[in-house]
Amino acid sequence: MSLGIFIEFSINVLSMGSLYALIALGLVFVFGICQMVNFAYGEFLTVSAYALYALGTFTNLPWLMVFLLGILAGVSVAFFCELIAFRPFRGRSLEALLVTSFAVSVILQRSFQLGISPRSRAVPIPDFFNQTILVFGVSTPIRNLVIIASSIILLIAFVLLMKKTTLGIAMRGAAENFTTARLMGVPANLVILAAFVISGFLAGVVAIFWSAKTGSVEPMVGSGPLLIGFIAVVIGGMQSLPGSVVGGFVYAIVANVLSLTLPTTLLSFRDAIMFIIVIAFLVLRPGGLLKGNYQEERVG
Amino acid sequence: MSQASDPKLSDPILSVKDLVVAYGSVRALHGISLEVYPGELVSVCGVNGSGKSTTLKTIAGILKPQSGQIIFSNKSIAGKKPEQIHKLGVALVPEGREIFPSLTVAENLRIGAFGRYSAKQFTLDLEDIYALFPILKQRINQAGGLLSGGEQQMLAIARALISHPELLMMDEPSLGLSPTMVDTIFELIATLKERKITILLVEQNAERALQIADRAYLLSTGHVKFAGQPADMQSTVDITAVYLGEGKGGEL
Repeated sequence: MSLGIFIEFSINVLSMGSLYALIALGLVFVFGICQMVNFAYGEFLTVSAYALYALGTFTNLPWLMVFLLGILAGVSVAFFCELIAFRPFRGRSLEALLVTSFAVSVILQRSFQLGISPRSRAVPIPDFFNQTILVFGVSTPIRNLVIIASSIILLIAFVLLMKKTTLGIAMRGAAENFTTARLMGVPANLVILAAFVISGFLAGVVAIFWSAKTGSVEPMVGSGPLLIGFIAVVIGGMQSLPGSVVGGFVYAIVANVLSLTLPTTLLSFRDAIMFIIVIAFLVLRPGGLLKGNYQEERVG
Repeated sequence: MSQASDPKLSDPILSVKDLVVAYGSVRALHGISLEVYPGELVSVCGVNGSGKSTTLKTIAGILKPQSGQIIFSNKSIAGKKPEQIHKLGVALVPEGREIFPSLTVAENLRIGAFGRYSAKQFTLDLEDIYALFPILKQRINQAGGLLSGGEQQMLAIARALISHPELLMMDEPSLGLSPTMVDTIFELIATLKERKITILLVEQNAERALQIADRAYLLSTGHVKFAGQPADMQSTVDITAVYLGEGKGGEL
């Protein structure tokens, strides 16, 4: 492998991996606290992407403002989904919550299809995002470097949030033992809402980079990242925040190695091979690479 | 926490009346009534399945009563959420300690102080906790799951104390500990009693619990079988029979 290919490989793995890590993190945040797999997570991302499309197309706001409002859209939809859709069903059963998340997902998808268009819309993205830059003699879109830098900043911010703030510590405690956390005065509604807000925030950030890569948004755009998030989470561990980050990077490494090494005729089987790896994980190490300290089944 | 010299002269801080609790269709408590006065150490004894833990869990809000009253500080708390009840000043040291295993000792304590957390107050409270539990100071940055059983029990008690509870409820604090550690825990409970902390103690180790209790209740299959002075309980009720069935029981 030449140095050029190696550098290109590294940049691809780092940028894809950090994006996938953010996707997986948003999924695990809610799962860790509520034990609920949120199938509507992809739609949080879709809402953000449509907000980027609308603000970028119909307003002249500076792009930084567009990005912030796009993230805010993801946060808001997560916030209201928790208040309106999930909260009334908490304390019933995990199955009820699971079905609710499917329902929210389908309702949002159909709303985009009926309200906007079933066809894709172009998301305006600042030009510099897709300009290329030379890194050690390899040309790569600036976008990739922005993804890597923002992910590192976000991950550091999350570590500080979870380790240093009372809310973060309470959330970690609630993820390990929800009932005991409530006995210590940690309000169930507060930590769950916080988990959804963080999840929506991550979906919003991911939406920016996802749209930058694809350049467009359509009603089903969230399903791709959702699937990647699941795979990363299965690999890394459903119960562990660091695990989801590890899972995101492992996914990126495997996907890139396969792209690089598979003969052209087999390249179309790349996703199938990814799924075989996921099945292998489910059979051999269902807890994922990093097992968390899951203690009890709970629905809040 | 102000106490009258004779607790009975004041109103009870906790008053439970005709409490009925069921797990699904299985009734665990058939109308339990008990009272705790400010500054008292009240011990609830009984065998496994007699309803001791169920009583504490219902007061703490983990279980919802089918009927009956729970009055704490003149407020009805029956059916309220655990976090609301904690805020009113009821702290539970849960059975099995329930330490957050991957959180450090300091973080476990910080969750205990949740809701009334200010960095300054927390530092002061921490000093107080260190004085009571020197071992926790040495372990402060260790993960809770790596502590020994006894150390975890101390952490669980410290985590409840740091919220300055009006009522401290302890569910089987000596369960599964070494005899030396059991001594340490009971000495600690005696110290807390000297500090006039109101304590509702559930214990299988009735003998030890009755030695330090001001008053005692004996539960059996969800009914109160005895309420009164610990000494009277030992003389009027054949505790060994309640615990071990018929005959003279030895050490378990």
